[in-house]
Amino acid sequence: MRTNNSNINKTDWKLISIYLLLIVFGWINIYSASKTDLHFKILDFSTEYGRQILWVVLSFFLIIPVLFLDTRFYKNFSGIFYIISILSLIGLFVFGKRINGASSWYAIGSITTIQPTEFAKIAVSLAIANLISDKQFDFEKVKNQFIALIYLLIPALLIILQPDPGSALVYLSFFFVFYREGLPKYYISIAISLLLIAIFTIKFGYISIEISIVFLFILFLRYMYKYKNLFFRKFWIQYIGVFIGLVIFIFGIHYSYKNLLPKRHTDRIDLALNITEDTINKGYNQEQSKIAIGSGGFFGKGFLEGTQTKGNFVPEQKTDFIFSTVGEEWGFIGSSIVIILFVILILRIIYIAELQKSRFSRVYGYSIASIFFIHFTINIGMALGVLPTIGIPLPFFSYGGSSFLAFTLLLFIFIRLDANRTNEW
Amino acid sequence: MKSRGNLLIFFTILTGLVFIVKLFYLQISSDKYKNKADGIAIKKEFIFPERGYIYDRNNVLLVANQTSYDVMIIPKKVKALDTLQFCKLLKITKEDFIKRHKRAKRFSNRLASVFLKQLAKEDYAFLQEKMHKFDGFYIQKRSIRNYPIKYAANVLGYISEVNNTLLKKDKYYHQGELIGHTGIEKQYEKDLRGIKGIQHFQKNKHNKTIGPYKNGSLDTLPVIGNDLTLTIDIVLQQYGEQLMKNKRGAIIALEPSSGEILALITAPSYDPNLMVGRKRSKYSTKFLRDTLNKPMFDRGLKGQYAPGSPFKIVNALIGLQEDVISTDSKFTCKKGHRYGVRSVAFMKCHCGSFGQVSFSKAIYNSCNSFFANTYRKIIEKEESSANGLDKWSAHVKSFGFGNFMGVDLPVGDRGRIPDGKFYNKYYPTFKWKAASTISNAIGQGEVETTPIQLANMTAAVANRGFYYTPHIVKKIKGKQLNSKYTIPKHTSIDEKHFSPVIEGMFEVFEKGTGKYSKVKGLDICGKTGTVQNFIKRNGTKIEMEDHSIFIAFAPKENPKIAIAVFIENGGYGSVYAAPIASLMIEKYLFGKTNKPYKEKELFEDVKLLEEYKKLVTPINENQ
Repeated sequence: MRTNNSNINKTDWKLISIYLLLIVFGWINIYSASKTDLHFKILDFSTEYGRQILWVVLSFFLIIPVLFLDTRFYKNFSGIFYIISILSLIGLFVFGKRINGASSWYAIGSITTIQPTEFAKIAVSLAIANLISDKQFDFEKVKNQFIALIYLLIPALLIILQPDPGSALVYLSFFFVFYREGLPKYYISIAISLLLIAIFTIKFGYISIEISIVFLFILFLRYMYKYKNLFFRKFWIQYIGVFIGLVIFIFGIHYSYKNLLPKRHTDRIDLALNITEDTINKGYNQEQSKIAIGSGGFFGKGFLEGTQTKGNFVPEQKTDFIFSTVGEEWGFIGSSIVIILFVILILRIIYIAELQKSRFSRVYGYSIASIFFIHFTINIGMALGVLPTIGIPLPFFSYGGSSFLAFTLLLFIFIRLDANRTNEW
Repeated sequence: MKSRGNLLIFFTILTGLVFIVKLFYLQISSDKYKNKADGIAIKKEFIFPERGYIYDRNNVLLVANQTSYDVMIIPKKVKALDTLQFCKLLKITKEDFIKRHKRAKRFSNRLASVFLKQLAKEDYAFLQEKMHKFDGFYIQKRSIRNYPIKYAANVLGYISEVNNTLLKKDKYYHQGELIGHTGIEKQYEKDLRGIKGIQHFQKNKHNKTIGPYKNGSLDTLPVIGNDLTLTIDIVLQQYGEQLMKNKRGAIIALEPSSGEILALITAPSYDPNLMVGRKRSKYSTKFLRDTLNKPMFDRGLKGQYAPGSPFKIVNALIGLQEDVISTDSKFTCKKGHRYGVRSVAFMKCHCGSFGQVSFSKAIYNSCNSFFANTYRKIIEKEESSANGLDKWSAHVKSFGFGNFMGVDLPVGDRGRIPDGKFYNKYYPTFKWKAASTISNAIGQGEVETTPIQLANMTAAVANRGFYYTPHIVKKIKGKQLNSKYTIPKHTSIDEKHFSPVIEGMFEVFEKGTGKYSKVKGLDICGKTGTVQNFIKRNGTKIEMEDHSIFIAFAPKENPKIAIAVFIENGGYGSVYAAPIASLMIEKYLFGKTNKPYKEKELFEDVKLLEEYKKLVTPINENQ
């Protein structure tokens, strides 16, 4: 009887516990990073930490309807959500408010701003889940692959044009979803190969890479000729086509890196690839973040005791570089706990996703696991100096209402879907 | 298909591990980032304690502190100003102003740096009233030294900004801080300076202080420097410096019963106040460049000279100790010492006697022949000359010769007392005899000593066989004196041998070389010395006027003062050194002298300046 009446008992409380731990610890760090001597009260809405509390409270009010809506609602309305989302992204070009050079926000009066980019992730996840859960859908077919790609490309392109290329990178995470749902394996190999070739081209210069490719291809031809390979005789045009394609690809990477990508982006990549070691101008943010984290030591300097945090040395510390506060004030212990919590969150979502009987729920679960994964990887990787600076938020930690609400909705829609898994299908 | 889900699981765990390893690298493996963070975010401010005062043995204040005023600049805050008026107030030229402004800007636009160092007190008074007109400039007070008495510069030393070599070696100091550079200031730096206090402040990214760091829990209070009391008697020191005016040389006066240095005079010297403030760089360069007068060179501690006749005292004592002569011994003197059957004296003697010379007479008339024979007997007592010389050398060294004395001042020298090894190296065939080294008998040859070593020897004789290591600090507030200055050191000569030698030294004033310097009512024992010296110019050896030396102690019983006087190119020991020594003794024991005419004569004497000029005037090669 219990199963029919209440979803609460089937709600995955473990996920909610992780969620609560993350938001509490996240808020503590925002408090530390945004506290000044002028403000003492916790509910001071002129401060970032005060406003973040409002977003947390608001999200609790949103969670309730999310948990009580029928699960079919999400599937059936996924298309509408997707369209609304795309429209809101297009609308930015007309009504968007420009902050830091990107029109990524709608201003709601003078009270606050909303960033539709953050909410688009939910809509895309639902739409992709809906697309793939169709019984007719088969990833072996090129047509389906193409449709799925279009689902991602539309929002990604709109986001790049804002311009906010960092946030568009998030959509790369859907490759994990596609792969899980049957995308042929060679796509992964091709993607990884091209990525490696691109990195090598940037790191070692395109000339040496082009020469290596030509050299390898000549070796390959000699081998094929010597053993009179039948397969090669049949498909030689395709082989040569791939070769020419690679040569063009390498040059294209080189050209767009040097001429199309803005300098501030290439600087960041140069730093991550150790091409430059200029930590004063180009790598200032990351160097400061590393100094703050590194100075935390094993136990950290303690809550509100971070000298780098107090002195505002790390730019964007409340938002993209919030992890530097964690590293400085809570040390190796605290930072490791945060990392472990995120790993557990993602693994738990994957685990629950695999339990789903409905393909829709499973794909959706997988999508959000991938989204959390890419945010976690890029954000902390950037703060630690492992990856180039890409400004995307750390879920539940970075200050910002839109991202906080969006991540909460993203997670709780999945919790809602999971709570219903014994009832449907 | 389910197995395909492992890809994301794999990447998630991999990422987590990579991050934790990277965290370990950043946070635990090294202090690099911790140090960087402290450098960026924490500002240390020092509170400098007042440097300790220095007093003489009678509590006369020798070194105190005064406030100096540095004009500081923050280039960013500088607004248009009346440059002309400003330059006039600071007593600098407009070009200088522009240069200094540029230099400060190069250092930092936002941070304060010194614009003009150590303003004179009078200039400060005028400037202070107008200071509000000059935005971006302010005045910072600093404590610098003040010398109420302008003597004993060589003893006191001076303080100056710490140099780069020391900055690297000693983490206590920072750029621009003051440190003892020479003399007492250097030797007792740690006692005098105290310990500076440190305040920690939290900075923000604009390099502004936003409050105390950790509520000041790491801050320390400054500890004030200790006051020093010296063994110097500043009245005697001043008197000695006046006597040494226009002369080159040194006077060292010791208290035999304690090893305390009563006066340590080197001439020429300088007014210590010249080493304070903005004047210092000008004068220190000037003094260092003066390679003839060498005012910064402490001749008393570092000057190495042949000791001359006073050294005969040591040889007499060794002769008695080794039993090669007795107080009844007599040697023939035929206006010089002859060796074997040769008829030419290769060491002349001016003792004035012809024939037999007794022990006492040998001392008071300074007979070269007598001591040449004594020395030869000492060396020839052993089978080989090398062994003989080793034994002799050990005796000599027991008087504190041939090594650093351990005086509590940063400069000094070993001098040189040769031993067997020394001559073996000199004569590789090993075929050398006592005669080869006979000049050592009369304190010439290879023997070299510093004036303070001679004074110390005099003290050892006065004490009849022991001495205390000479030292300059009597008391450090709140500290015990180093035990090495309170434990007597014994010479290798038995006490009984000293009396006849002291009698001989007493006769020096009664009927010997020092009779013209006799002080009425005071038993002084002394010994004159006249040291040949040569300089080499264009490859030829030129003999210069002799150095004038005198050692003495008084009174004969319960000696209160032992003294060594060394006057470069002063001629016979009795001409300059002996009268100066006796005046010093008189002054110390009675507070005044009975020979104002002699005093006046020495104060105003400029004859030696002529002598010193010869050292630099080119000498005609045909001469």
